[in-house]
Amino acid sequence: MLRDITLGQYYQTESKLHELDPRTKLVGTFVYLISLFVFTNAYVYIFAASFLLLCVLISHIPPTYMIKGMKPIIFLLVFTMVLNMLVTPGEVILTLWKLTITKEGVKQALYMGARLTLLVMGSNMMTLTTTPTRLTNGLERLMAPLKLIKVPVHEIAMMMSIALRFIPILMDETDRIMKAQLARGADFESGNLIKKAKSLVPVLVPLFISAFRRANDLAMAMEARCYHGGKGRTQMKPLKYRPRDFVAYLILILYLAGIILIGRYL
Amino acid sequence: MAGDKKKIKLIADHISFEYDKSGANRHKALDDVSFVVNEGEFVGLIGHTGSGKSTLMQQLNALLKPDKGTIYYDGLDIYEKGYDRKELRRRVGLVFQYPEHQLFEDTVFNEVCFGPKNFGMDKKQSELSAYAAIKKVGLPDECFYHSPFDLSGGQKRRVAIASVLAVKPEILIMDEPTAGLDPKGREELMEMILSLKESEGLSIVLVSHSMEDVAKLADRIVVMDKGHIVYDDEPKKVFAHYKELEEMGLAAPEMMYVMQELKAAGFNVRTDVTDIEEAKEEILRIVT
Repeated sequence: MLRDITLGQYYQTESKLHELDPRTKLVGTFVYLISLFVFTNAYVYIFAASFLLLCVLISHIPPTYMIKGMKPIIFLLVFTMVLNMLVTPGEVILTLWKLTITKEGVKQALYMGARLTLLVMGSNMMTLTTTPTRLTNGLERLMAPLKLIKVPVHEIAMMMSIALRFIPILMDETDRIMKAQLARGADFESGNLIKKAKSLVPVLVPLFISAFRRANDLAMAMEARCYHGGKGRTQMKPLKYRPRDFVAYLILILYLAGIILIGRYL
Repeated sequence: MAGDKKKIKLIADHISFEYDKSGANRHKALDDVSFVVNEGEFVGLIGHTGSGKSTLMQQLNALLKPDKGTIYYDGLDIYEKGYDRKELRRRVGLVFQYPEHQLFEDTVFNEVCFGPKNFGMDKKQSELSAYAAIKKVGLPDECFYHSPFDLSGGQKRRVAIASVLAVKPEILIMDEPTAGLDPKGREELMEMILSLKESEGLSIVLVSHSMEDVAKLADRIVVMDKGHIVYDDEPKKVFAHYKELEEMGLAAPEMMYVMQELKAAGFNVRTDVTDIEEAKEEILRIVT
């Protein structure tokens, strides 16, 4: 029922990319995303796409799985592309009734499409190769300097990792409650919007109760282990840069140089 | 035993089912499983965690559709066009694990009325059958208008079971109904289930991973392992395979082990004993 969401899910396998330090991957993804916005040039996108393809190959994630991750944004993608095609002024190449398609519009639409696709695939690449725990861990370390200006970095990271951890649990729970109510004759499909919304009450009430119960249990368990926030807290597996991370940063710098060169001179 | 003229209520015919068909962790939960429930019969469905018993249970009232094979209820294919699967869900009542987690209404009485109303009974009928169901599960009168959330764990579970009973099912399937209850609550609940079978003529399928729970009550025991049905027979015949059961991570009733030990020590006792009373008689028989 609700299991078809791949956005932000970890894909378990062994590869060089999986082994990288989460900080490297976070910085890498960040740089990659920015690089997509600096230049609007077909060669830049081809270069960025081949870099992503290389990452996919290294990561041992099946390409079909990557494409499946695009599903949630397919509507947005088509919508943006069509809109761009229709509203960009310029040299008219086709007129259908009141709609005109321009040469510039087609170009713009292709750029937008490429940009969005690479954007989502690029960030999926990171979440597919990094467990949520490592990801928030990396984020916490990267944001550590903000502690100086009293930003509760540790608390934010902890809240994020708890939220991420609970998404699959609550999804399973929803599935189970829906099935239990179906077995009691509940009907989630027929009727108008108001009836459908009403039919969700028997799902939402138990779901909220269970979420509160779980939150309570978790708080109690953390308290029992003397959790008191980030101060003086050590880690079992502290993040440490290894030689492969420096290699990755080097590749990233080369990629950035490539993008700038291509963007400037082609 | 339900007698010699057993009528078949439900047939699962060679069903297979796979989770997460295109994803990274696909696995076969059911592989060519065939299974029958007779009228008025008490079946124990036993298997280790992940053996596919809960999946099978959800196939039986069309919450999950098998990839291969089909299910017949009263001789009709439930996936035939035009078959009323909602009515099937009424006839095959399903009580999930921890059913108290599905409660949502403001009073116990409204909670139990939820099912009958959904299945199209009018107000009066719903209330009458809700009343009867709450009585059947042995809840005291004063809790009718309490919030279900104020009750104890065992009582909540009774409310949840009553809410399924209120729709008057013909087969009642229960997933680990005694999980998480204390020994007293456990015993009371099992007694209640047995009385349901006797007074209502209900067929009951009890899903469990514990042999002790079902050994005494079941007419027939079905053992599942890794998506297959391994044994489907009378309890004593199933327990005779206690070594194989152990390999699957299941245990035979404790008394069987006592008798096995006695036999190994040279006493000529029967080893197909399942409960403590029988064991007592058998031991007394050989010492006197």
